[in-house]
Amino acid sequence: MDKRLGSQSIVFEKPPVVAGYASIVGPKEGQGPLAGWFDEIIDDDTMGEDSYEKAERVLYRQATQMAMKKANISDDMMDLMIGGDLLNQIVTASFAARDLGIPFLGLYGACSTMAESLLLGSVMIDGGFAARIACATASHFSTAERQYRVPLEMGSQRAPTAQRTVTGAGAVVLARDGNGARLTGGTIGRVIDYGIMDVNNMGAAMAPAVAETISMHLIDNGFAPEHYDRIVTGDLGHIGKRLVLELLQERGFDLSERLFDCGCEIFSSGQNVDAGGSGAGCCASVLGGYLLRNLGGQGMHRMLFVASGALLSVTSSQQGESIPAIAHAVAFEAD
Amino acid sequence: MKKHQQYVDHVEAIQPKRNLAIGMLKAFWVGGLICVIGQGFSYIGELCLKLDKDATAAFVAIVMVFLGALLTGLGVYDQIGAYAGAGSVVPITGFSNSVVAPAMEFKHEGYVMGVGAKLFSLAGPVLVYGICSSVVAGIIALIFKG
Repeated sequence: MDKRLGSQSIVFEKPPVVAGYASIVGPKEGQGPLAGWFDEIIDDDTMGEDSYEKAERVLYRQATQMAMKKANISDDMMDLMIGGDLLNQIVTASFAARDLGIPFLGLYGACSTMAESLLLGSVMIDGGFAARIACATASHFSTAERQYRVPLEMGSQRAPTAQRTVTGAGAVVLARDGNGARLTGGTIGRVIDYGIMDVNNMGAAMAPAVAETISMHLIDNGFAPEHYDRIVTGDLGHIGKRLVLELLQERGFDLSERLFDCGCEIFSSGQNVDAGGSGAGCCASVLGGYLLRNLGGQGMHRMLFVASGALLSVTSSQQGESIPAIAHAVAFEAD
Repeated sequence: MKKHQQYVDHVEAIQPKRNLAIGMLKAFWVGGLICVIGQGFSYIGELCLKLDKDATAAFVAIVMVFLGALLTGLGVYDQIGAYAGAGSVVPITGFSNSVVAPAMEFKHEGYVMGVGAKLFSLAGPVLVYGICSSVVAGIIALIFKG
């Protein structure tokens, strides 16, 4: 069986099973419309640690441990842990992996990392290189602010196009055997850059990459959008979501009925978050909470999970470069 | 790239804009209020403490910088800034905020490479170009006033 489809897509011969999943979010996310679906909402976003960076690692570690516990797999039974985060040198994931002691592959795909880790995890399982893999990502509002923007207590106004980095982590444990939702295939994105320069408008920078990956997935597989009950995007926010719908409409795909953007849904309009939520933990926590809990339920049997990342750095944007972006898609099915 | 320029233009056209009139109104009333408070301390210095003109100016600056730092430490100044924008950035309290905010933020990286190195990360450009422009202004004054 050829596992490669068309120009960018792959299909799994032995689809990995979702053995467990978990999500932890911060206090503000815990006041949002999806609050009831997260496993844990923390009251204190320092998690009792003396820096926000350390708190982010604890989020990452606890989400992974919780997913392993729900999958009934102990640390020493895990073959591999794959994941990343937004911080320089992906210290969140690496330091969490140090604590957990599971063989680790670190990834950086900015906010696309959750889809990237699920894709690679599934490839490893389908290829017979591992039987149990934990995929996780995390982000923290306060660590992202200080790395990418200004100190927290600096009194300045945010652009109306800006998004708020989600404090949260999500983890999914994939297994070769078992019952549950399956990952059937996916599409590996290309880096797309339409020349957006505004670092306060990530949704607009990522929308072309998301439109490209979704349309290539549908074309490679010969699917109509109706094949999926829901097509989920990571953190486009309100502006990016509108742009993706327009870009896909131009390519002849109408997704207006089934597009769900985690960045638009995690906060309500009254929470003063401008264009919505963002961050590697945004789609990961919504996946490990609301989405996987509902997969397999009424009218939700096939889901395409498309996480996108803006591949810029503070240095690249200060040097006047535009913002390249990437989106990866992974398909879930449940009976 | 033509298509991409169209996309960039389209994004520019659809993105939400700031309401300039409301923004200016907020900036002016908050900035004005900060100035009124400063003027109040100026009267206190001049009339109650019987300070001379130079000492009054220094007294006002010290008090306002202190208040800016205090409100930053209490986590209030960022909220004022989110509301008022330039109204709370331009006065001297905003300068104080821009020094204290990184000092608080980077203390985990230590007092030398954290607080010491990052203290002027926001205020640094203001100091550099403020001093440069004062030199230029001084030269112009020297030439034309003889």
